[in-house]
Parts: sequence; structure tokens; C-alpha cells
Amino acid sequence: MRVPAGESVAAAVLVHALDHTRTTPVSHAPRAPFCMMGVCFECVMEIDGIANRQACLVPVAEGMQIRRQHGTGRIDE
Amino acid sequence: MSKSARLAVIGAGPAGLSAATLAAELGLDVVLIDEQASPGGQIYRALAEAPAKRIDLLGDDYRRGRALLRALHTSGAEYWPDTSVWSLDQNRTLGILRAGRAAMLQFEQVIIAGGAMERPVPFPGWTLPGVMNLGAAQILLKSAGVVPAGGTVIAGVGPLLLLVARQYLRAGVAVKAVLEISPRSNMLRAAPHLLRATAGGSYLRRGVKYTADIMRAGVPIHYGVSRLRAHGDRHIESVEFASHGWRGRCDRMLATDSLLVHFGVTPRTSLVCAAGGRLAWDTSLQCWRTQVDQWGNTSVDGIAVAGDAAGIGGAISAEHSGRLAALAAASSLGHITAAERDRLSHADIAWRRKDLRIRPFLNALYRIPPEFLVPDDATIVCRCEEITAGQIRAAVREGHTDPNQVKFLLRCGMGPCQGRQCASSVAHIVSATRQIPAAACAPFRVRPPISPLSIEQLAELSMADE
Ligand SMILES: Cc1cc2nc3c(=O)[nH]c(=O)nc-3n(C[C@H](O)[C@H](O)[C@H](O)COP(=O)(O)OP(=O)(O)OC[C@H]3O[C@@H](n4cnc5c(N)ncnc54)[C@H](O)[C@@H]3O)c2cc1C
Ligand code: FES
Repeated sequence: MRVPAGESVAAAVLVHALDHTRTTPVSHAPRAPFCMMGVCFECVMEIDGIANRQACLVPVAEGMQIRRQHGTGRIDE
Repeated sequence: MSKSARLAVIGAGPAGLSAATLAAELGLDVVLIDEQASPGGQIYRALAEAPAKRIDLLGDDYRRGRALLRALHTSGAEYWPDTSVWSLDQNRTLGILRAGRAAMLQFEQVIIAGGAMERPVPFPGWTLPGVMNLGAAQILLKSAGVVPAGGTVIAGVGPLLLLVARQYLRAGVAVKAVLEISPRSNMLRAAPHLLRATAGGSYLRRGVKYTADIMRAGVPIHYGVSRLRAHGDRHIESVEFASHGWRGRCDRMLATDSLLVHFGVTPRTSLVCAAGGRLAWDTSLQCWRTQVDQWGNTSVDGIAVAGDAAGIGGAISAEHSGRLAALAAASSLGHITAAERDRLSHADIAWRRKDLRIRPFLNALYRIPPEFLVPDDATIVCRCEEITAGQIRAAVREGHTDPNQVKFLLRCGMGPCQGRQCASSVAHIVSATRQIPAAACAPFRVRPPISPLSIEQLAELSMADE
């Protein structure tokens, strides 16, 4: 997937109509970026192997590995 | 990273930019810290990189930020982008995260200029993908040139609804409707304040012009909207609402895969709370804000708050309050005398005094009706832990009468956002259920880290301590 450098991961997800960034731990409902400024935590994703990163605050970079986060993102799930 | 800097300014919006610039000009050793990649805050977001065409679309209000960016550049203040502050204590020790590494740094003075966030207002379906804050959509436009391609419905309160609808129309986006929720009775509430609001007239004229432009484009604007709800299975498919015209109530349904909502903005208070600073409930703003004096000083020695983080005043007011906080910091550190501080602050204080007169008018005009502040039982209030208004009400009735008790019982506000999205709603629900003023509720206690650190980052930090 190609996106302009400097754009946030959350913006890239939305532009490419990937719809949601995570599912909730309780009801597994899909959630998408809501605030784009780091206050709602709906955009948390697994970025380069690290869970719970706020995609709206992380700029995309060459070769970045981005995955939807399911639940709390802990290894034991 | 230099450890000798004496003043830390957190947030590079109009408040932080002006504070850091003036403080550096007065000879202070200043570091300006912001978690964004470029300066400007919310209003001037990505201004330095935005292409000319996008700047034209966003207009003069956006372009104005250029002067602030230039002034920072020549002031000599140090600027750390991509750096988030995840803790602050009463001794002015900052926990920062920069390029994946955590560090603790102490400062002699701290100015928090973290700005505002859009007021979280729960309604049925607000957690569905496709429902987003309107300011968030503005961020997408400013930083990535992105607009809702399949059209959108815009709902909420205030001038931003009209401003964005107009920008979208000019960019060729189909705006299906604008839904304004403030009831007509707000006009009556606001009218007495208009006499004192010198700028009120020009403000209203701008609103009238925007409204005319939007209606001419054939976009319906509904006033006094209630019963707002988003429907859909895994993504929003339609929005339902009741509009209240002269002919009475009318229930409507619009098909849409995008709904953008905006219910005004409220101060971001996590950092000041983490440092033990006192908040006050603002009945006019219907939320908490930091208790500050005219310089922005909080109840914690050496920590001040400037701009929208202290109380909502908008971008120009933020510049003036940033300058006032810088003058106070310079005088506390002995760079200028108290008499010089007072002399240099005349214009800023006079401007703010004048501007403050329009606020009661705007707050009354865009007051959120109780129906939206206190949601139905089935509506999710805490987005992180999926706690409904009904669960909160039941907890209050069982005797958990304070927001912090509700939090510990239900985990409401204990998820990753740490209550940023539910704290004020919980206060409104507790207050409505107990029939006490919201001001009698205690705000959620906040403990650092206020944003997530990985186990590795925490481990690194404790090794550095040893
Ligand atoms: C989403 C949004 C969109 C808006 N859009 C408009 C608009 O289009 N037009 C308009 O007139 N007004 C807009 N506003 C209102 C605007 O916030 C104010 O007018 C003005 O920007 C306030 O300036 P400020 O300097 O107080 O804060 P801001 O401009 O909000 O700047 C605060 C800065 O602090 C940084 N920050 C906060 N916390 C931390 C932390 N812990 N660590 C590091 N950095 C931190 C943020 O990244 C941000 O850059 C918007 C508000 C929001 C919330
Ligand atoms: S979209 Fe809200 S925190 Fe990222």
C-alpha cells in the first residue's frame, strides 16, 4: 500500500477504506478513529509488532507493518 | 537533550507558540514540546506543509498561523516535535516520550498549552465506524487533504458546522444535511448577553452569510434537532433525528455512510490533574476547566496553563494568554521585574477583557440541551469499557454517588483513554440522577502515564534511575 509520507497511520487506514482500526475487548465491536488527535484511543493498532499504538499520532513510514488490534492487544489473547 | 532548559512549554498551538516565542525573546531558556510532527496546534494543523490549494480552501483563519510559525523560528526557542508528555508532577518533572524513548526532565517553570478536545457527547450509535468528530475530519483535510468521498451529514452545535459544510461544498463533497441541535430557546438565553458582547454582531453576520451560502447550494439545515441516532451493523448506514420547525416535530431518516459530529470543545485537563492542579466546574461551558489566575497560574507552584486548555477562548485569545503566561514565568525566574511584567501585559489583558465579554453570549447560544448531556439507558458512555448510561445510573442509585466511586465499581473511565471521553458525561449523569449540581461532583483522579508506555520503555526508564 502506498501513502504520502508524513500522513498518520489512521489517515492512511481511512483513505484506503479499511474501515476499522480495532475491535473492542468486551463485545468485539469494530471501532474506527474518532478524534484524530490522541484523546479517544479508538485508533489503537499493532504497529511494527507493538500493540496499543495510537495510529492517529504515528506517521506512516516505508515498510511499516500495521495490523488491526483485537481486544486489549495483550499477547495472552 | 539539553537538561538545563528552565521553561518547558507543552503544546505548539497558538498559545504555546506565543508563550515560547515571547519567553525566548525575553532571554529565557525555553523548550517547546509537541506530540505532533509540525507546529500549529489544532487550528493551524500541518500549516507548514500544506499545499497552496489546500490553504486557499481553508481560508484566512488558517493562513494567519504563518506569522506565529515565523516568530517561533527567529525567537531562539528550542522546539521538540514528535514528543509526547506522558506525566507531570508537582515538582515540574516531565515524563516525555521521543523517538520511542522515555525520559524524565525537570524544569523550573512549566506552561501547559495542550489545547482543547471536542466535547464527547454520547448518543445511540456514536461508536459505529463512519461516525467521527467534525474537528477530526478537519484534521484529515488539513494534514492529508482527505474529505468524505461518499458525502456526509454534519450534526451538532455551533459555527464549525457551517464553516466545514461550506468548505466541503467548495471542495465538491455532497453535504446531505446540517443538523443543528441547539434549541430555539437558546436564542432567548443568549439575547441578554448580546448587549455586552461588542463582537457579537459581526459574529452573527458571518453566521448568516454562511447559512445563506449553504442553503443556496440546496443543502437542508435543520434547527432544534433532537433524538439523534446512528444506525448500522458494523458501519453507519443511516442517521435518524427529529427536527422541530414552526410546524412542530418531524421525524426523519437519512441514508449515509458518514456522520460528522461536533458539540463544541472542552479543555484538556489530564496533565494538570496528574500534577495535582485544581479544576473547577464551569456551569457556562458545562464541563471542567483548570482553576487559574489572570496569568494562567494554577494551584501548583511553577505550573501555568494557557490557551484553550485553561478555558475556551479560541485561537486569538490563546495567543494573548500564552504571552501572559510567558511574562509571568519570566518574572518568576527573575528575568524581568513585576513592574515590567505588568507594563508589558497591558495590551494582552485589555484584549482578553474585551473578548471575555462575548463568551457568555456564545456559551448560551450553543448550550448543549440536557437530552444530549444525559443519555438514554442503552447508550454507551464509556467507549473503552463499553459501559452504558443505564449501568452508571444504577450504580448511583445503589449508593456509588461520586464519579470516582462509579469508576472503581464499573471500570468506567479506567480504559486506555483514562476517562477523557466519559468523565464529563459521568458527572452529568451523577448530577441528574442525584439532582445535585455537577459542580458538586469530584473530577476523575488522573494518574500518570496519561498516554501508554510499553513495558520496554518503562524498564529503560527505571534503569536510567538506578
Ligand atoms: C479537533 C479540533 C479542531 C479544531 N479546528 C478548528 C478550526 O478549524 N478553526 C478554529 O478556529 N478553531 C478550531 N478548533 C479550536 C482550536 O482548538 C482553538 O481555537 C485553538 O487552536 C486553541 O489553541 P491552543 O494553543 O490553546 O491549543 P491547540 O491549538 O489545541 O494546541 C495544543 C497542542 O498541544 C499538543 N499537546 C497536547 N497535549 C500534549 C501532550 N501531553 N504532549 C505533547 N503535546 C501535547 C497538541 O498536539 C497540540 O498541538 C479546533 C479544536 C479541535 C479540538
Ligand atoms: S483517533 Fe482518537 S486517539 Fe487516535
